[in-house]
Amino acid sequence: MRFVDEFRDPELITRASEEIRRLADPARHYRIMEVCGGHTHAIYRFGLKDILPSNIELIHGPGCPVCVLPMGRIDDGLAIARDPNTIFVAFGDMMRVPGAHGSPFEHKARGIDVRIVYSPADALELARKNPEKEVIFFAIGFETTAPSTALTIMSARAHDIRNFSVFCNHVTIVPAIRAILDSPDMRLDGFIGPGHVSTVIGCRPYEWIARNEGKPVVTSGFEPLDLLQSIVMLLRQLHAGEARVENQYKRAVPWEGNRAALKAMAEVFELRPYFEWRGLGFISQSALRLREKYAGWDAEQRYSVPETRVADPKSAQCGEVLKGVLKPAQCKLFGKECTPEHPIGALMVSSEGSCAAYYNYEYRKSLVTRIDLATSSVA
Amino acid sequence: MCLAIPGKIVDIAAGQNLVGTVEVTGVRRKVQLGLLEDDMPKIGDWVLIHVGFAMSRISEQDAAEQMRLLTALGETEQAMEEVRGYGLENDIANGAGRDGPTQWSGKSHA
Repeated sequence: MRFVDEFRDPELITRASEEIRRLADPARHYRIMEVCGGHTHAIYRFGLKDILPSNIELIHGPGCPVCVLPMGRIDDGLAIARDPNTIFVAFGDMMRVPGAHGSPFEHKARGIDVRIVYSPADALELARKNPEKEVIFFAIGFETTAPSTALTIMSARAHDIRNFSVFCNHVTIVPAIRAILDSPDMRLDGFIGPGHVSTVIGCRPYEWIARNEGKPVVTSGFEPLDLLQSIVMLLRQLHAGEARVENQYKRAVPWEGNRAALKAMAEVFELRPYFEWRGLGFISQSALRLREKYAGWDAEQRYSVPETRVADPKSAQCGEVLKGVLKPAQCKLFGKECTPEHPIGALMVSSEGSCAAYYNYEYRKSLVTRIDLATSSVA
Repeated sequence: MCLAIPGKIVDIAAGQNLVGTVEVTGVRRKVQLGLLEDDMPKIGDWVLIHVGFAMSRISEQDAAEQMRLLTALGETEQAMEEVRGYGLENDIANGAGRDGPTQWSGKSHA
């Protein structure tokens, strides 16, 4: 609550939480999925669970790109970067994510040239400055980052920079939502739609969820008030028996999305027939690859990719947590073998992963309380 | 990766490349403007930045709130490290370290 008060208009926050209590039918249990990992992080950080009535349950969705990437893709990316003349480039988020043969960071310790960039544009710049080296950029992310990769590839083509290629792991959010709705063990009442993905794709791609599945969707900002207002908007629809797509995050999300970003994505990428998601399995038309026109910059076409498939450790239940069937703490490894310091699954690595968020904000707190209780009972 | 960094446009390069300079709490770095082709910002406008690309224009007040959000989420340091990393051509190309490295990132360019 302390942090909640620091945000815009604490009075509005009080009013929103009162409105939630008024709208929530005590005879009903609401299951609302926040699709985006950034929302998951914010929900734990601000302790929104403590503000909400107990019959509103927030289910954490698949919107953490690092978390849904199958382990084998990391091994594949690092396998093609083994040539001494190659520089493997990735975002910092990827560095500690374990592959079957170690994380990018561990490969670096073994002598592979692994570097962090903060922008795909800088990966291209690295190639321009090192013409004698091959630079492979490990691209990852939903529609928030895919347009930046697309523009970078277009720029590589325009400037004829040939020693640059992209190992593409970009995925799209809507097929993942569809897979979750199709999952027989999942019952949801509505969705808090992603914020920054929607700045690119807009709100229309969610309309089928309302129309065909009868579930309301509200795209939301990341502040406590944004999330509470989005829950109010969802409850109002559920209360009235409606299902529509609404936009709470109007200050950043245009209904039609970002035309220039969509144009760049369409120019460079096409849908893969199918792609494997960690925890969700193979989902058709859920990921992007480079079009034939850009084959010269496609690492999967330029190198021989081993197509590694690695099963998650049997004891880890990343899949169930990713689908929202299990809470992080219900996994057998949570807080024991799997911690943010020694992650077994990617959900524990990324700050947007629900396991790491739960561990950092809920579990540590409960440990402190337990230690306090133990000490006071001794005294 | 999902959170965006707010920055103020302080310069826009002439020519076709659609590159500008943003200032984020006093740090100036290069930012790509190609994704705002249809809604080009002017000097003094505020934008949300993802992986070195300006993604949407926002108001000054929303930019301030976004910075507070990053602070509350404990991501300011990470965000500033990211901003310092944008377009640092010499550092990245030469493999030199940057100012203010944290954890493994300081070693990452060695």
